[in-house]
Amino acid sequence: MALIVDHNKALSTSPLKISAPLGASLAFMGMKGCLPMFHGSQGCTAFALVMMVRHFREAIPLQTTAMNEISTILGGMDQVEQGLLNIARRAKPEIIGLISTALTETRGEDMEGDVRQIRARNKELHDIAVVDVSAPDFAGSLETGWGKAIAAMIRQLVPAPGNQAKLNRVNLLPGCHLTPGDVEALKDIIADFGLEAVVLPDLSDSLDGHVPDAYTPTTLGGTSVAQVREMGRSRLTIAIGEHMRISAKTLQEKTGVPYVLLDRVTGLEAVDRLMVSLSSVAGVPVPARQRRARSQLVDAMLDGHFYFGGRSVAIAGEPSLVWTMGKLVSDMGATIAAAVTTQAQPGLAELKTERVIVGDFEDLEDQILEAGGCDLIIANSNARQVSAGHGIPLFRAGFPVFDRLGAAHLVSAGYRGTRDLITQLGNILMERPGHAHSEHDHEHKAAAAG
Amino acid sequence: MLKAKIKELMNEPGCATNQAKSDKDRKKGCGKTLVPGAAAGGCAFDGAKIALQPITDVVHLVHGPIACEGNSWDTRNSWSSGSNLYRRGFTTDMGNLDIVNGGEKKLYKAIKQAIARYKPAAVFVYQTCVASLIGDDVDAVCRAATERLGTPVVPVNAPGFAGSKNLGNRLGGEALFEHVIGTVEPDDVGPCDINILGEYNVAGELDQFRPLLARLGIRLRASITGDARYREVAACHTAKANMVLCSQALITLARKMKEKWDIPYYEGSFYGISDTSEALRNIARMLVEKGADPSLIGRTEDLIAEEEAKAWARLEEYKPRLAGKKVLLYTGGVKSWSVIQALQEVGMEVVGSSVRKATEADKKKALERLGGDEDKLADAITPRDMYAMFKDGKADMMLSGGRSQFVALKARTPWIDINQERHHGFAAYDGMVAMVREIDLSINNPIWAQVRAPAPWEVE
Repeated sequence: MALIVDHNKALSTSPLKISAPLGASLAFMGMKGCLPMFHGSQGCTAFALVMMVRHFREAIPLQTTAMNEISTILGGMDQVEQGLLNIARRAKPEIIGLISTALTETRGEDMEGDVRQIRARNKELHDIAVVDVSAPDFAGSLETGWGKAIAAMIRQLVPAPGNQAKLNRVNLLPGCHLTPGDVEALKDIIADFGLEAVVLPDLSDSLDGHVPDAYTPTTLGGTSVAQVREMGRSRLTIAIGEHMRISAKTLQEKTGVPYVLLDRVTGLEAVDRLMVSLSSVAGVPVPARQRRARSQLVDAMLDGHFYFGGRSVAIAGEPSLVWTMGKLVSDMGATIAAAVTTQAQPGLAELKTERVIVGDFEDLEDQILEAGGCDLIIANSNARQVSAGHGIPLFRAGFPVFDRLGAAHLVSAGYRGTRDLITQLGNILMERPGHAHSEHDHEHKAAAAG
Repeated sequence: MLKAKIKELMNEPGCATNQAKSDKDRKKGCGKTLVPGAAAGGCAFDGAKIALQPITDVVHLVHGPIACEGNSWDTRNSWSSGSNLYRRGFTTDMGNLDIVNGGEKKLYKAIKQAIARYKPAAVFVYQTCVASLIGDDVDAVCRAATERLGTPVVPVNAPGFAGSKNLGNRLGGEALFEHVIGTVEPDDVGPCDINILGEYNVAGELDQFRPLLARLGIRLRASITGDARYREVAACHTAKANMVLCSQALITLARKMKEKWDIPYYEGSFYGISDTSEALRNIARMLVEKGADPSLIGRTEDLIAEEEAKAWARLEEYKPRLAGKKVLLYTGGVKSWSVIQALQEVGMEVVGSSVRKATEADKKKALERLGGDEDKLADAITPRDMYAMFKDGKADMMLSGGRSQFVALKARTPWIDINQERHHGFAAYDGMVAMVREIDLSINNPIWAQVRAPAPWEVE
């Protein structure tokens, strides 16, 4: 049991937290033909855009209402109207996500009411879905915004159920800690059961790094508005990560589709739970391919556990990432030397560590020092200074990862994803000196024996 | 107060673009109205941060909600030869309650903690939109903190909604002029001390021209602000000349330093071979006019002759590999004509160049280099048109900033980064050779033939 500690510091140093509007815009990146817009000053958009570009190494469609001092004081409805019309004209999107920021929320804009009026008087907008999301920077972080955007899409796009028959589908609501590679892996698993997945949002179809045949000013792929409107016809909703609970619940309330909330989809037991859910909804036994993959994971655990036992790991990230990674390394026999996250999510108390700190990379550094060092840091690229400063290897996970290739394709979901993650982490730990089972020791002993 | 300052900055007599305007246009200021839904680029806060963040030994503390610093810290590629303090992100991370109750007390506490733990040479406090909207008086908090805590605490009043990134650059310069420059009197003033304004040591570019200055006996008193220490900037009013790079950003600061401390300035560039030579010549001239040994001029000419010959000779080897290649040069502001010249010298054809932020004089020079073809000078090219240019084979490669990177790459076209996030220094003689080398590496990489070839099943 861990104690969750939030010092509520006056000075945040080397922030871990990423803003909620960025999380909301990231969710819209998984919608087809989408161009989200921040209702704020143009810097809000520029920073978020640059950060996503650096992480995904892809063009990011994101616009701004370009609020200035005067429009902030007088109210930004005109800016919103102009912005929506400009996007409609230039980019012809299927859907626009309109996301508030700290600036417009501090002033107290009524975005929902404004959008209603604007839509009523502009025909150009009639065929475009406009989803407004309230996600001020001063409340929560990346996960919060991501969750709010998805809940808003469900509320504003999914109709009440009609008499239509159920389809052979499941809804998948992935948390923002899952990469496009993870989502792709989950879709493959679901397909193995003979089911179709509607993924809200589907980053694996837009930000998976592919080369389209023509220029497009909106997202390069993703789930269509039409598919979202049909989510009520699915048999089950699978939500992954505690921050997806509200979305899953909202969808159930709206459509009656039951949901399973999985805390994670990494690790043997966790993936087993996913398999059982899919097997019962599909009415088929777990496919041979997945049984084989499970066996490979068991083998990877047998081969890998030597290198985790007795080692200590520091983890920083959004709650769902800290939970997923923390559970995995402690399930493999390592201890958690430090856990730092962005908000006090009660579930984190179940982690096998003394404390979970709500804080920043300075806290991570302090915790590592207090623990007398550690063998591995799992965090985003912003931990690179802590890593370099103390000579501790950094395994990059979460958001943003801007100084490595392939951030979108790091897969940790499913049996295979877990197997590969154990391999990668194990290899780093194997290289780290001071472990009884390192290759060097084996050679040394063999030489001595010979 | 902020409004008056912005108005003053918008009417800069030292700015060539401004001088060229009619009285009526000048009154309107230079801030283009941003179009909602079709705007791009950073805010004033971003600009101020870019201008000041490279000062290495101070705490840069952002007073605002998490987005302003949380989404942007440690992303600018300015290098340091000393302290790494500037690479840490500091913010008050304003929450709900701070907005309801006001954030001044939290800010003061944050300043105090930063000083206690990190012992910085100074603290720079950046105002943001939200803190400004709720009326937090950053100036007053900084004043109080300076008095009570014994470390200079400098307010930087450039909230994002005040305007563009460029305006923010200037507001950053204003903060230095009002609160920093002239507060330290050095005991080693020399006749050949200069400052360089608007140089951010991106990818270590300072070291591509600092050695040249050193060979001439010219000392860089302060670089504003690449690889700068606080005390160097504070003492930079004792320099004998200012060289202003990226001129629209810090020209006001240069003019004010001339008025207050009689420091002459020259606007120029270290990008391109001829521009570098021009810059060295002008620095020498200004120093001699201020009393330096007149032999400096001759020595400068000798160095220019030697370095130019070396650089052109080194570029020679690239000619066979680059001749005839068509390049699109798409930059925000870096004076492009001198780069055009170097690219043409190795046999490349410049098929287009943007002049979005260039002055009239620069446009003229660039046009000359492009054989008077106005079509080749564009204000802005839409991504769609740019993509078409690559697809239709009108350009073989692009030099630009990260923003348009994927337009080129997705059209399977070579691209290199020449903006602030770049990882190679392109300044002065060595830098120009480095840039051409990067172009060669990129355009002649073996991947292009492979990635452009259709898959076997796509061939008829």
